[in-house]
Amino acid sequence: MEVFLEQLINGLTIGSFYGLIALGYSMVYGILKLINFAHGDFFTLGSYVGYTVLVFGSAVITAHLGLWGGMIAAMLVAAICLAFVGVIVERAAYRPIYPAGRLPAVVSALGASIFLQNAIMVIWGPRYQAYPASLIPNVRIQLGDIHITLLQIVILVMSFLLMGILYWIIQKTTFGAAIRASALDKDTASLMGINFNKVIFFIFTLGPALGAITGVMVGMYYRQISFTMGWNYGLKAFTATILGGIGNLPGAMFGGLILGVLEMLGAAYISAAWKDVFVFLILILVLIFRPTGLFGEKMAEKV
Amino acid sequence: MEHTKTIGYDRFFGLKQSTLFIVSGVFFIYPFIVSNYYIDVAFFFGIYALLGLSLNIVLGEVGLFDLGHAGFYAIGAYTTAILNTKFGIPILVLLPVSALAAGFFAYIVCSPIIHLRGDYLCIVTIGIGEIVRIALINNPFDLTGGPNGVFGIDFPSLGSLFVIDSSIKYYFLIWIVVALSIFGLIRLQKSRIGRAWNCIREDEVAAGANGIDVRYYKLLAFVLGAALAGVAGNLYASKLMCVSPESFTFWESCLMFCIVLIGGMGSIPGVIIGAAFISLFPEIFRPFAMYRMLVFGTVMILMMMFRPGGVWPRKRGGLEFKSILARTGRKDG
Repeated sequence: MEVFLEQLINGLTIGSFYGLIALGYSMVYGILKLINFAHGDFFTLGSYVGYTVLVFGSAVITAHLGLWGGMIAAMLVAAICLAFVGVIVERAAYRPIYPAGRLPAVVSALGASIFLQNAIMVIWGPRYQAYPASLIPNVRIQLGDIHITLLQIVILVMSFLLMGILYWIIQKTTFGAAIRASALDKDTASLMGINFNKVIFFIFTLGPALGAITGVMVGMYYRQISFTMGWNYGLKAFTATILGGIGNLPGAMFGGLILGVLEMLGAAYISAAWKDVFVFLILILVLIFRPTGLFGEKMAEKV
Repeated sequence: MEHTKTIGYDRFFGLKQSTLFIVSGVFFIYPFIVSNYYIDVAFFFGIYALLGLSLNIVLGEVGLFDLGHAGFYAIGAYTTAILNTKFGIPILVLLPVSALAAGFFAYIVCSPIIHLRGDYLCIVTIGIGEIVRIALINNPFDLTGGPNGVFGIDFPSLGSLFVIDSSIKYYFLIWIVVALSIFGLIRLQKSRIGRAWNCIREDEVAAGANGIDVRYYKLLAFVLGAALAGVAGNLYASKLMCVSPESFTFWESCLMFCIVLIGGMGSIPGVIIGAAFISLFPEIFRPFAMYRMLVFGTVMILMMMFRPGGVWPRKRGGLEFKSILARTGRKDG
């Protein structure tokens, strides 16, 4: 039982990473019908920016901010930087290609991904980078027989908070309504006075910013980052997006959490080496029986 | 001779015969004037051409998103590697066997998922590719050698008389296979099957309504595409003499996807050009060392900006309406 609960919490932690990255995928997909392969690399870049903040700001962090303050600072700086990067990438690599259709945009996204990944490699070097251990909050908590760290709980709470805020923005604010309208039909939405470019601007600041925050969380949690990790997380997050039903934001969050939990439970009870096979098998099974994902709406065929 | 334009064989891909002779002449002379290293580069160009052609059947002809094609490639390569090292079956005998194995695998795994559409199919194929790769790493039944892979694969040979053991012979082997595949695929494009595929790509519902067995033709595309990828896997395994799971990552599938789209969907000469881009570009820009992939990514974006339909988009046959279809670049995927 202890193993189960611990694995459940680990799974939720990882799942919240997937969920936060998946939100970025899902927003872009919902509006532009574009699989943004560069999103995983936004996440990596955010992680590296956070790393740089921690390394260069270590004196300030230890003297003034404290460890948690340092974490928040790293996240904020990473999020702001990546919001800029996201908008620049959108302007440079995607916007000129929208008129050409979906598939050229996918190739362009892959190109952007290669570019970002190699830019990270050129700037920070090809080796693994370790988050400075002295700057990571390290408080252990024991609940009964369950061992977890305070960091995990903070990560979980922050993730749920971020997801909640995003959900609130999308569902309750006027601007969120504009986004949902654009996702439904961008031409009609434009006719109703919605500034489509503003919507795109918004999703390409918020998505990468969320990715960057996740990147710092992953750096803190695993303490080790590499310039290629975006592929793996990106792939998982994309899986989570599809599992939940593409373009469906709560679906993406739940998809991520389910994926993380399945992965950890699969690793604990079946086999650690086969855990990814397990995840993809579940995905395939879900799609065989629910071809538009767990929470996806059944789309009527337009003829 | 206008009427021979669409049905005759004096024009391949709209190329004049003389151009074709020049191109094949260059291909023939090339290995005799460059060093072994560049012959090997041309060999890998051939492998990517074959992989591009194989994915082109699925993605270009039928418009099915397949980002897990490396899985089929891996099945072909490992079939060759395992049967050759364990049982000593000659490589050339294993060429059709690898094709059959990959095709059969595609049939088994694609049958239940063939009804999925667009991006849902895409993620499932990614999943299949990843499952294959992880399975290879985990060494099921002690067959695949885990992360190290299988090594000690033979040279292809015809008895003991003619052994393909030098770069130049490999070069001719791969390009003969590519040439045969191109010939077959052109015939296929012009056949009933090719037309059915294109019809499904343009409008699946309309194709179904016109009596095309959509499911059958989609599966056929997957099986044929996988079989051709299996052939590429066979040649790749015997050239490298070893196979390991690292060669069959998601990244490899993405490269194949880019080959087809950079070249032009459904366009056979386009796919060859795309393969040339993907395989030769990193070689040409080797002096730039760590910056070359930066350039590579940028060029990919620029290409899609300026040639969204691909470098050499497919020319439509004379039987189709000119008005709507004449525009380059289709509006939706």
